[in-house]
Amino acid sequence: MIKARVTVTLKNGVLDPQGKAIEGALGTLGFAGVSGVRQGKVFDLEVEGEDKAKAEADIKAMCERLLANTVIENYSIAVN
Amino acid sequence: MKSAVVLAPGLNRDRDMITALAQVSGQAPQTLWQTETTLPDGLDLIVIPGGFSFGDYLRCGAIAARMPVMRAVADAAERGVMVMGVCNGFQILVEAGLLPGALMRNTSLKFVSREVKLEVANANTAFTRRFEPNQVIRCPVAHHDGNYFADGETLARLEGEGQVAFRYAEGTNPNGSMNDIAGIVNDKGNVLGLMPHPENLIEAAHGGEDGRAIFESALAKVA
Repeated sequence: MIKARVTVTLKNGVLDPQGKAIEGALGTLGFAGVSGVRQGKVFDLEVEGEDKAKAEADIKAMCERLLANTVIENYSIAVN
Repeated sequence: MKSAVVLAPGLNRDRDMITALAQVSGQAPQTLWQTETTLPDGLDLIVIPGGFSFGDYLRCGAIAARMPVMRAVADAAERGVMVMGVCNGFQILVEAGLLPGALMRNTSLKFVSREVKLEVANANTAFTRRFEPNQVIRCPVAHHDGNYFADGETLARLEGEGQVAFRYAEGTNPNGSMNDIAGIVNDKGNVLGLMPHPENLIEAAHGGEDGRAIFESALAKVA
């Protein structure tokens, strides 16, 4: 069994109203000097087999076809 | 004229859409369940209605865009069959890659349910030919993620090729969408996606008929 983590983040230049709202709330809580807050997603996956290279290639295909919307999002894959 | 409405778990504007299509065309549309892999012969128009398909999990429209029937819808669109997606249907079409760009969370972060003004930005499309150029109509919207986004190159192409079909007018942009975009067509002009709900303004009992011309345009070929 191979465990992997996929991190999906918004591309630079894509407006993130939720990140802006979170940034505003952090300011309200008194955390001064915080900027550039961007909200993303994390997926943890368990993939059958022992071939890490194959698992990574499969997960890349999953990212391209479903987990990320590559019009607006980037993704990174970490295989353990 | 043969039309069909796509049905999937969480899509909830299908009854309104079926009623609108039946009223305007005089013929009840067929329905296509999400697991179907082939379409009835001779369809002229396929409509994906609004709602919250599959709970809007992952991203709005993302799961529905991968349902089996969408492969058949994409094939039909490729053959020139007209396809229209309204609200969640628009989100499904962009997630499926049948229309460019993406629909992001409204800049207000709020769900908006209100009436807006729409300008017919291109009255030469198959979906807008019954409107006057630059005609402004009333139309209801109800969505949380209608903020249209496209990269600069795509946006320039949409504007340059007349693919922007509808724009929010008179300062009524409810979601922060780029260039006030409310609806776009694909490069071939046979696929339309729009956030507003024209199916909810087609008869006097709705308080107006402003949305009717979209259906009259789309159904005109064989009506």
